[in-house]
Amino acid sequence: MMNWTKDPELQVQHLTMRFGGLTAIGDLSFDAGRKQITALIGPNGAGKTTVFNCITGFYKPTEGMIKLRHPDGKEFLLERMDDFIITQKAKVARTFQNIRLFSGMTLLENLMVAQHNTLMRASGFTIGGIFGSGHFKRAENEAIEKCKYWLNKVNLTERADDAAGDLPYGAQRRLEIARAMCTNPRLLCLDEPAAGLNPRESDELNKLLLSIRDDHNMAILLIEHDMSVVMGISDHIVVLDYGRKIADGTPNEIKNDPAVIRAYLGVEEDENEVAVGSVKVADLVNEGLAVHANVPTRTVPKVSASPKKPVATKTVVKKPAAKKGGRK
Amino acid sequence: MSVAPKNNSSSDDSKALTTSALTKDLISTAIITLLVLIPIVAMKTVIGQGIISIVYRFGMAFALTGIVVGTRLFLHLFVWHKAPSAGSKSTLTSGLKSVSFSETITKYIAPGLLIFALLFPVFTFFHPIWDKRVMDLAVYILIYIMLGWGLNVVVGLAGLLDLGYVAFYAVGAYAYALLSTVYFPQWFGTGILPWAFYITLPVAGLLAATWGVVLGFPVLRLRGDYLAIVTLAFGEMIRLVLVNWFSFTNGPQGISVPKITFFGLPFKDAPGSFSDFFGIQFNRIHFYIFLYYVILTLALITYFVTKRLRRLPIGRAWEALREDEIACRSLGINTTTTKLTAFAIGAMFGGFAGSFFAARQGFVSPESFVYIESALILAIVVLGGLGSQIGIVFSAIAIMGSFELFREMDFMKVVLPSGTEPIQFRMLAVGLAMVLMMRFRPRGFVTKREPTVFLKEKKSVSGDLVAEGHG
Repeated sequence: MMNWTKDPELQVQHLTMRFGGLTAIGDLSFDAGRKQITALIGPNGAGKTTVFNCITGFYKPTEGMIKLRHPDGKEFLLERMDDFIITQKAKVARTFQNIRLFSGMTLLENLMVAQHNTLMRASGFTIGGIFGSGHFKRAENEAIEKCKYWLNKVNLTERADDAAGDLPYGAQRRLEIARAMCTNPRLLCLDEPAAGLNPRESDELNKLLLSIRDDHNMAILLIEHDMSVVMGISDHIVVLDYGRKIADGTPNEIKNDPAVIRAYLGVEEDENEVAVGSVKVADLVNEGLAVHANVPTRTVPKVSASPKKPVATKTVVKKPAAKKGGRK
Repeated sequence: MSVAPKNNSSSDDSKALTTSALTKDLISTAIITLLVLIPIVAMKTVIGQGIISIVYRFGMAFALTGIVVGTRLFLHLFVWHKAPSAGSKSTLTSGLKSVSFSETITKYIAPGLLIFALLFPVFTFFHPIWDKRVMDLAVYILIYIMLGWGLNVVVGLAGLLDLGYVAFYAVGAYAYALLSTVYFPQWFGTGILPWAFYITLPVAGLLAATWGVVLGFPVLRLRGDYLAIVTLAFGEMIRLVLVNWFSFTNGPQGISVPKITFFGLPFKDAPGSFSDFFGIQFNRIHFYIFLYYVILTLALITYFVTKRLRRLPIGRAWEALREDEIACRSLGINTTTTKLTAFAIGAMFGGFAGSFFAARQGFVSPESFVYIESALILAIVVLGGLGSQIGIVFSAIAIMGSFELFREMDFMKVVLPSGTEPIQFRMLAVGLAMVLMMRFRPRGFVTKREPTVFLKEKKSVSGDLVAEGHG
């Protein structure tokens, strides 16, 4: 079942990221398979976004190797590349936890900016474009066709000429995915794409992500707290806690993994055995108890189903959530 | 959006400004004004030696009509049809208005201004006494419009606050001065001198662009206040080098340079001059009219090139950079080269304008390139509405025109304490105007952003959504 290790799109090996004395990620290794959705989950402050920032070049990792392998055999060592080169050459696209659209530009313009490098080359690095070369006009029309395709895919064709900042939240999330896809990526990194979406919207998101995986042969790396999304669509789940990998496997394996349950629910020192035995992540998912993003501290959702034995519903000893300042 | 208009449109439709209604209103205004003005202004009775005669002043009547129509247009666009300040209606009405408003801008104002600018020297013939001063003022304003359009690339599009723009203006001016007085005679002999301006112009632009890149490098990593302070320092540095490098720049004494020629024919009352060649009476006005058309051409080149650049990938990348730099990098855009091209292209137009400025004055000195010039150009860009090219025309006319207006205000002497000149109050008035502007139109004259590409319908983007840039 470990088919992601045979021919992985992305190999992360011994990745360590330290911010001063704080080790945000410690010796993390995992693979993300081709044409697979790999979910990166873990409680708040587990270091998921830091992993993303290392993969997309926004942080330079302290130690470790991140290798991207294209199907045609080209290999890129991402830890050595600049962030924009990673998108340009290694073809990794990403979205952000707090949406970063060009809110004063229209939807169409947002998607056109994403095709900057292709259009730049077509415009002869602006010189041909100034004199209105036919080559550039053709390239621009192709780019617009591509924008239309993705706008249609995310159901935003009607609003193509509206400002991105005018869109409702869910639509902004979808637009950000469409924009990332317009850069022709091999690997798509989505940072909490379902955050703030209602159930119907996250259902649509699931369909969109599956279609991206199947119709475009993409590898997707996903950070998500919404268990219905994670369990519903991912082929492979990696669980992080305090910057370390605690589990790695298929959704079914993860659902029953004692270490995951411990990390999500927490246990009191002397009730270790009890807690592990009685509540499973699967139960939480069934109860619709997703651990949501933006919960300031690690809290345990109330378990309404009455467990047979007293479970550690008290919160874990709170360690300070690793705060990673955004890149300035 | 589709349901909402039905609820409110009945009351708001009448208020919404459509282009056809606007044109009708302006034409009827013009007709009424003319009907009133023709008897009152156009025909003046003069009593002289027992006879009453009529002096026809149609030019003045037309000029006044123009002012009335222009003011009414201004009121329509900026005062009467302001969107209500709050409530759900406001977004709706501004949505309705924005379409017609942008149509007005693109369809009528820009071509109207262009025609007016092309015919402007003809209008001045109605006022033979003023003409030289009016033409000179127009040239002066056009220089600032061009500088505003150049700086707009850096500040308005790329969102990089540049307080040292005058440095590139100085580089352009000194490039012309030094090349035409020192180096061209050395290299090519004095025969080249009448052509100096035309040869130096591209060189000055290139030099300024080079300096734009050189000064751009150190500030790449800076943002906001830090960027502003460093660019301010660079602006002052260039001026101080010009003052102190005596052997090269002649220091504060400045350099006298040859004035612009009509493609090799100088404007003088002498054989071989422009008037001599065409066999017409020598008149200084020819020089001013020629200057006017040269700067108009340069300004229009700036306008069309920047307008075009905005629609190219590089221009879109500039605007994306203003909106969100991190998102830009995540899309594979090299922000370093994007910023440097913005600096270089902005600087290049500054260099062209500087070169023209030197050829117009016939003299350059570091005094012309003080910090206040940078501040004025920035004020023009900000007042015009960040990123808007037409807004810059209005704000340049408003700011530079009002400076000159103060020279004319002799009647103010009655009010002011004796011994003070109205001209001394001009900065005070500009400051007051700025404060009022900040209070009532904080995003400048034009607060809408025109999209560069559209699928079905061109909808302007409200200024509230457009980012101001990182500094």
